[in-house]
Amino acid sequence: MRDLFRGELVRLTTEEPDAYAKMEVQWQKDTEFHSLMDGDPATVVSEKKLKEWFEKRNESSLKPGRHAFSIRALAEDKLIGFFGLWVDLIHSEAWVGIGIGEREFWNKGYGTDAMKLCLQYAFTELNVHRVSLGLMDYNPRALRSYEKAGFRLEGRTRGDVQRAGKHHDSLWMGILHEEWLQMQNREKQ
Amino acid sequence: MFDIQTQLFEGQDIRFGPIDHEKDPGIESKWTHDSDFMRMYDIDPARPMSAAMMKKKYEKLEKEIEENKNIYHFAIRAREDDGLIGKASIHRIEWSNGNGWIRLGIGAGDDRRKGYGSQALRMLLRFAFAELNLFRVTAAVQEYNEAGIALLKKAGFVEEVRRRQALDRDGRRWDLLVFGLLNDEWQKQAKA
Amino acid sequence: MKDIYNGELVRLSAMNAEEISKAFARWGRDSEFRRLLDSGVSQLASSKGAQTWLEKELEEQSINQHWFSIRKLDDDKLLGDIDLYVYNWPGRDAFVGLGIGEREFWGRGYGTDVMKVILRYAFTEVNLKRVTLTVFEYNPRAIRSYEKAGFRHEGRIRQVLNKEGKRWDILVMGILRNEWMEHYGYKTAN
Repeated sequence: MRDLFRGELVRLTTEEPDAYAKMEVQWQKDTEFHSLMDGDPATVVSEKKLKEWFEKRNESSLKPGRHAFSIRALAEDKLIGFFGLWVDLIHSEAWVGIGIGEREFWNKGYGTDAMKLCLQYAFTELNVHRVSLGLMDYNPRALRSYEKAGFRLEGRTRGDVQRAGKHHDSLWMGILHEEWLQMQNREKQ
Repeated sequence: MFDIQTQLFEGQDIRFGPIDHEKDPGIESKWTHDSDFMRMYDIDPARPMSAAMMKKKYEKLEKEIEENKNIYHFAIRAREDDGLIGKASIHRIEWSNGNGWIRLGIGAGDDRRKGYGSQALRMLLRFAFAELNLFRVTAAVQEYNEAGIALLKKAGFVEEVRRRQALDRDGRRWDLLVFGLLNDEWQKQAKA
Repeated sequence: MKDIYNGELVRLSAMNAEEISKAFARWGRDSEFRRLLDSGVSQLASSKGAQTWLEKELEEQSINQHWFSIRKLDDDKLLGDIDLYVYNWPGRDAFVGLGIGEREFWGRGYGTDVMKVILRYAFTEVNLKRVTLTVFEYNPRAIRSYEKAGFRHEGRIRQVLNKEGKRWDILVMGILRNEWMEHYGYKTAN
């Protein structure tokens, strides 16, 4: 059985609420990062409030269908980001949201490596039928990374997000279990 | 053209109104016992609800509307007797982005195929674009819901996303379609 | 889209807490019914307490529980209740519990009919992979009914029941999604 939580560049783990809160306080200062991650307006939240929020999330991740992970770079075990999986149990579909908050780790394959682990977890542990995600059209780096991971572009909702005086599309992507399996087989050869 | 004279909530045969907590629970309870309606209206497993359960659901909804401030819910009533015939809503509104999701259903089998759905959609869009000033509205519909797809296309919606095999129902997989309509597009049609 | 509430004799309907709690109190006075259904000790309960408890249970159903009342198709008479409880999402398995409180409808195919309907619901609406049930060794009528509905014997919990001075087994039965689909030559909508 393969190691679900260890990749080539990163490992998946979990943090205490106060560790998450501390990282989030730093990452929320980077509004470019926020814009790439989230269609909601950027804001500033106190460390105290963030800690409460992460404590609450800890409780709800014991419910079926919710899985949150932190991402640590193997070198120095540095906490660089996080991802969450939310599963629709009836239709066996998982939604993923991923973010690498530490800029020095952008464009170096860390995100792609984390996504690989994420898909492996989703398809071989959660046994979902498909994994979905959304991103903004002004995030070409993420689009390339997700395409490399095997996601296919399924469409775009036009003018969905308004930012910096312009309307942008939200891109919708999905990967099916059988597509992921085919990719795994091709990679073995 | 600045038009505040044309009523937002009055249509030709139908009107939009608030929930009637006394009369509506019993009526909507009947719709939930029609699995055909439930499988068209929603993707959650169909669940028949008693009038008492329906009443609780309405209370929960009104609380959500008050707290979240991103939902508008309308009971669709027949103009002749004010009887409940369906429901329409705009929800998940993101004010900073100017977008919202719409849902609409005509509950009783006898009331369908009479054009009430089209009328309700027209009123809902006018509300979304001319009153809420949204930039766009989004609607999701199941691949098997031909009437729903036809209704959206007739109103000018564009098919934007095909979420492949996202729905598991009746022993097989189906696609879930996402349709969108922009304010500009709606205005051009409204003028035509 | 296929209808999923209706069988040939019965239909699945909502649980009306007031009506059902009164019915539970009535059926509960039939000790034979209690002993066929419940491994606990037969006792009498009032309907008021049951109603409050039931209202709370019904509100907390979420996607884990699908609890229906059973009504006759011809005259809408309330016959009993049936409950599908998903206890295991990774395995996509649920327990089904059925109780037909109205004696005159025992042994006449009503149980088999409602079980068929709930299996169709379990496999084509909740999309489960299997359904499990337990039944008492001293309830041959129910065992026969479940066999007819497609359940297979999977095991026994030996000598766990103690009734009328004798020890009895609880039987465990199960049915798989692909067995069910094959059994009914299941054809999907258009």
